[in-house]
Amino acid sequence: MPTSTQTTATGPAAGAPGPALGPDVHGTKPKAVIRPGDRIFSAATLIAGILILAILAGVALFLLAQSKETIDAQISDPSAITGGSGFFAYVWPLVIGTLVSSAIALVVATPFALGIALFTTHMAPRRLAPALGYVIDLLAAIPSVVYGLWGIALAGNLTGFYIWLAKWFGWIPIFAPGADGSVSNTGRTLLTASLVLSIMILPIITSLTREIFLQTPRLQEEAALALGATRWEMIRMSVLPFGKSGIASATMLGLGRALGETMAVAMILSPGMLTASLLVSGNQTIASEIAQNFPEAAGLRLSELISIGLVLFVITLLVNMAARAIVAKTSVKGS
Amino acid sequence: MFHVKKGIFVKLKHLAPSAALLAVGALTLSACGGASATGEDVSGEGDSGLAGTITGIGASSQKAAMDAWTADFVSANSGVTVNYSPDGSGAGREQFLGGNAQFAGSDAHLDEDEAEAAKEVCGPEGAFEFPVYVSPIAVAFNLEGVDSLNLSPETIAKIFKGEISNWNDEAIKADNPDAELPDLPITAVHRADDSGTTENFVEYLKEAAGDLWDAEVDGNFPKEYGGEAAQGTDGVVQTVSDTEGAIGYADASAVGSLGQAKVKVGEDFVELSPEAAAKVVDASPKVEGRSEGDLAFDLARDTTESGAYPIVLVSYHVVCSTYQDQNTVDLIKAWEKFVVSEEGQQSAAKSAGSAPLSPELRGQIETVIDSIKVAG
Repeated sequence: MPTSTQTTATGPAAGAPGPALGPDVHGTKPKAVIRPGDRIFSAATLIAGILILAILAGVALFLLAQSKETIDAQISDPSAITGGSGFFAYVWPLVIGTLVSSAIALVVATPFALGIALFTTHMAPRRLAPALGYVIDLLAAIPSVVYGLWGIALAGNLTGFYIWLAKWFGWIPIFAPGADGSVSNTGRTLLTASLVLSIMILPIITSLTREIFLQTPRLQEEAALALGATRWEMIRMSVLPFGKSGIASATMLGLGRALGETMAVAMILSPGMLTASLLVSGNQTIASEIAQNFPEAAGLRLSELISIGLVLFVITLLVNMAARAIVAKTSVKGS
Repeated sequence: MFHVKKGIFVKLKHLAPSAALLAVGALTLSACGGASATGEDVSGEGDSGLAGTITGIGASSQKAAMDAWTADFVSANSGVTVNYSPDGSGAGREQFLGGNAQFAGSDAHLDEDEAEAAKEVCGPEGAFEFPVYVSPIAVAFNLEGVDSLNLSPETIAKIFKGEISNWNDEAIKADNPDAELPDLPITAVHRADDSGTTENFVEYLKEAAGDLWDAEVDGNFPKEYGGEAAQGTDGVVQTVSDTEGAIGYADASAVGSLGQAKVKVGEDFVELSPEAAAKVVDASPKVEGRSEGDLAFDLARDTTESGAYPIVLVSYHVVCSTYQDQNTVDLIKAWEKFVVSEEGQQSAAKSAGSAPLSPELRGQIETVIDSIKVAG
C-alpha cells in the first residue's frame, strides 16, 4: 500500500517537466500488466491458504462429530462416563496435568534456549558456532520414542534427587512427599516427564531464537559497543529488545509441542489421580491418556477419548491465539 | 521356510529324476529336523482346496498367537487369507455382531444382551464361543535374595491397594516362614493402559480376596488405589526389573528372569505353569442359560482345586453357528479346528507363551466346531 501511494504522488510531479511523456505514463498506469505466472502464483497461494483452513475445519468437525456420543451421555447419564461423575470431572485433572507439565517444561527450557542461542550468535568462537547449531538441530530430529526410553532410564536415577528435594523443600506443596513420607520409588513422576519435555522443546526454541538474534542490525550492536557497553549490556540493549516478539513466538511454538507430546509422556509418566506434589506418582496428560487407552477403546470410551482430544485442540488453539496476541503487542513496542 | 523349500523343489523337478530323488531325500531329512514337520505333509498334498478370506477382529492379547496361527494355517492352505485386526475385545464383539467379521477374538465372553443380539446375525442358535488362548498372568517381584514367594489372594489385594507397604509385613512373613524378607518399601506396579490383563487380574482379586477388593472390575486399574503405573506389559516388566522391591502383574511369557509368586489356592501355594493355568478352565463351570455350543466359562477364580493356577486370561473366539454359504463354513471349520488343535496350541505356546488347552476341552470344542453349518 505505501508504495502505490508513493507512485501516484510522484507520478504527476515526474510527468510535469516533460509533457510529452505525460500521456504515455498516465495511459499505461491503470492497466497493470498481469502475466500468467502471477495468476498461477496467486491462485496457488490462495489454494494453500484455503486448504489449511479446510483441514483445520475438517479436524474440528471430525472431533465434534465423534464427540457427540459423549455429549449425549453427559446430558442424559453423566455417570456412564469414565470416573462416574460426568465429562468435566473426568477431563479437568487431565487439563491441569497437561498445562502443568507444559508450563514446567517451558520454564526450564526457555532460559537454556535463550542462553544457547545467544552463545552461538554472539559469544561463541566463530568456528564453534555452526557446529553447536548442528548439534542443537540434531536434538530436534530425535524421535520422541527414543526420548521416552531415555526418560525411563533417567527416572530411576532421579529418585535420589527427589528424596533430597522432598527433604529440604517438602514445605512447598509441589515438592511435598507422599502420605507415608516417601517419594516415588521409580522416579516416574510428572516432574521427570516435564524435564524430558523441556529437553524435547529446547531445540525448537533455540533454533528459532538463534535465527532471530542473527537478524539484529549489526549497526545497532556496534553502536552500543562503541558507546562503551559491555557484551552483556549490548545484548540487553540491542539484541533482546529486537528479538522480543520472536522469543515470544518461539516459546509459544515450544509450548505447542509440549502440550501435544504423547509418546514420551506415555512411556515415562506413571499416571494416576491428580496430585499437587510432583514427586509422587500420579497425574496424567491428555495426549498420554489418549495414547494409553485408545487401543482397547470402543463405543462411548472411544468417543470420550476423542472429546478430550477436542479439549486439547481447543487449548492448543487458545495458546496459539495468545501467542499471536503477544507477538502483535510486543512487535509494535519493539520497533 | 516352506516357500524356500517349495521353490527348490519346483526348480529341481525339471532336472534329472535322480537329482529329484536326492532332493526329496534332502527335504525329508530337513523336514524331520524342522520345527513343525506336520506342515510339510499338508503342503505336500497340494493344499486342502480351501480358498477365500477369513476376517476376524478383536482382542490384542491374541495378537502374537494369531500371528503364529495365521502363518501356519496359510502355509498349509495357500488359497486362504486370514485377516485379524487387533482392535480390542469390545470392538471385536461389536463388529462381529454388526456382521462385519466372520469371527471375533474377545477376552470376555458375550454378555446376555450380546448373546441375544448374535441370533440376528448368526441364526436361531446364535453364536458359538470357545476358549482358544489361555494366558497365565504372573505376579512378578524384584527382591534380592528372595527366589520364592508365597502370597495369598488377600495379601496380593492389600499390596496392590497400598495397605501393605513393606516387605517385612507380618502378613507376608506368615506365608513365607523361610524367606528372609528385607525392610524395604513395596512398590506395586500396575498397567497404565486399558487391558485385558488388568481386567483378569482384578477379577481374580475381587473373587478370591472377598470384600477386600471393593473396586469395580474393569480393564483400567482402579486409580484410587494409587501405586505406580506403567504402559503395556513391557513397561510393567521393565519398571519392576528396574525397581528394587517392586511387584507387578504381567503375561507370564514376558516376565523373564523376575521372580514369580506362588499363589494360594485352597491350602496350597501353586506355582505358575501352563498345566496349572489350563486346569482352572477345566475346573470352571459353563455360563448358564446358553445354547449347547456356547462354551463360555464362568472362570472359577476362587477355585480350591489343587494344582490350578487361577490368575489367567482366557481369550475366546466367537463364531456363528451358521454361515450363509458352504465355502465360509468350510473355511471357518478348518481355521478354528487348526487353532484349537494340538499343533495350533503348541505353536501359540511357543510364540506367545500361552498355556495349551487340555485334550478334554479341545475335544469339546471340536464337537462344537463340527456343528457349524450353512444357514437355512
